[in-house]
Amino acid sequence: MRAGGMGRVRQLAIEHQIKVGDFFGADDFVPVTQAHIMADTESLGESGVAWLEALADSGEGARGRVCIPTITDPRGTDFAKALVLKQQRWMVSLEQRAIDALVRLGVSMTDTCINYQTIQAPTRGEHLAFGDTGVVIYSNAVCGARSNFEGGPSALSAGLTGRTPRYGYHLDVQRRATLRIQVDSTPSTLNDWGALGGVIGRLAGNYWSVPVVEGLEGAPGSDALKHFGAAMASFGSTALFHLVGITPEAQRLQDVGGEQLPVAHRVGREDIAALQRAYAVTDEVDVVVFSAPQLSLYELRAIADLCDGRRFIKPMLAVTSPQVKPDADRFGITARIEAAGGQVLSGMCFYQSYAREMAEANGWKRLATNSAKLVNILGGYGYVPMLASMERCIDAASTGRLA
Amino acid sequence: MKPTTTSAGPLTFTARHAIGNAVRGTALVARDGFSARYDLDRLAGTFSRPAHKLAGQSYVGRVLVLDTAKGGVASAWMLREMASRGVVPLAIVFNTVNPILAQGAAFGEVTMLAGFDVDITACIPHLATVEIDPATRSLRVIDLPVDVSDCSKGDARGSAT
Repeated sequence: MRAGGMGRVRQLAIEHQIKVGDFFGADDFVPVTQAHIMADTESLGESGVAWLEALADSGEGARGRVCIPTITDPRGTDFAKALVLKQQRWMVSLEQRAIDALVRLGVSMTDTCINYQTIQAPTRGEHLAFGDTGVVIYSNAVCGARSNFEGGPSALSAGLTGRTPRYGYHLDVQRRATLRIQVDSTPSTLNDWGALGGVIGRLAGNYWSVPVVEGLEGAPGSDALKHFGAAMASFGSTALFHLVGITPEAQRLQDVGGEQLPVAHRVGREDIAALQRAYAVTDEVDVVVFSAPQLSLYELRAIADLCDGRRFIKPMLAVTSPQVKPDADRFGITARIEAAGGQVLSGMCFYQSYAREMAEANGWKRLATNSAKLVNILGGYGYVPMLASMERCIDAASTGRLA
Repeated sequence: MKPTTTSAGPLTFTARHAIGNAVRGTALVARDGFSARYDLDRLAGTFSRPAHKLAGQSYVGRVLVLDTAKGGVASAWMLREMASRGVVPLAIVFNTVNPILAQGAAFGEVTMLAGFDVDITACIPHLATVEIDPATRSLRVIDLPVDVSDCSKGDARGSAT
């Protein structure tokens, strides 16, 4: 492959992977069963799309296409709602070019960051090349699978070669706990789960830190752990956590070496509240967004329940995957949200969809959301993001104020 | 500018991870994280996240000396896109890196060092002129705008060469 005997496309892919593997001191490669590519065009830009097109136009036939199931993270638009979002023609055109190129490379355009809920949940010990930090941390922690953060070029390379450098979370030694945290309060809402993930992410501090968490009560559901993990990955660049008695590799504290660690931090109700208060800088709201990660069917249903009988005076966007949207349509969930004046968007994620340009075009600055991940990201895009419960966010869409 | 030597010799730091070409430039230093998505206005070429310690400063052509790689996977694409427009850091130096920034450096051909025996953000003065040679995984301080103080002593004990 490295010598070019399997084509120029795979040669480029393996050369990139060797560079990365050498950087991290990987001894060899590990076969992977799936790849997941983050490739929205706000990130790629014109140069990245042109690079994808050149790769797709190699003329190498099957040798120039992916050789394992390879899927995509959200796009930069919902093509059916681009005008509503006031996205510009060039954005949509660039997205279409990227999609065309990825399809020619054999990639399946799933356009989702919740593939573990909608496409195929990874299994314990399965080696993967997944992009989207929320996807990776959920797959590693909740499913017990094995992936590093794979950026778009690296995930695509893995799709083309069927392997990835063996370093980081593919190795047993890297999956041991490095930070022991005692939690004194179990969240009950998704924004609280996200805030707790954010607090722990900040404490963890970097990619190589693996928190083991004690003290959570009950069995949190998939959406709770989705928000928890996505926020932890966002605030801390964390890729793996263990919850004692909950996640598969830590049925007991000693399973991940946690008993050898002192309790480094105690996290309680006040810490969760403090993170959210830090974003509560105004009560005026321009837009309400539910996104990051994309919403499950159950989250959309909960929003629809809150929408009944309301009429929004501020834009309310609920973003989901192309797999969930048809069910939301079928079950009348989309219609109930839209009857209140909300929008259900599909196949995109808010922050990956030219968030800065959308803000300028729509006059959006003060944004309410129940996603801790989203508030952590959007400050850099010029927003004043505020974190609140789903109920308070829906109230804000109705009144224009975050009470 | 002050002399850039210690009793152990030139003020040089050795990293565990390195990639890219040799470069020389002015360092922007902060004990803060880095994500192209979260922290930058990539059109203006400035740090845009208000809470970032380098908020408002231009990163273009600078050697960023920061604590750790943060945030999402987008930086893997973004470094190359920024390079294509000439709105890119000259190099990035981290105490700890994540795979995304390393992959982005490999893809975008941006020089990067990571992993030191000292807190590199405490050792390199803001706006110092530094030289990076990935072949030897070294960062050398060429000119100092301010006193290096304690860290140079720490480095002399540790990884100064």
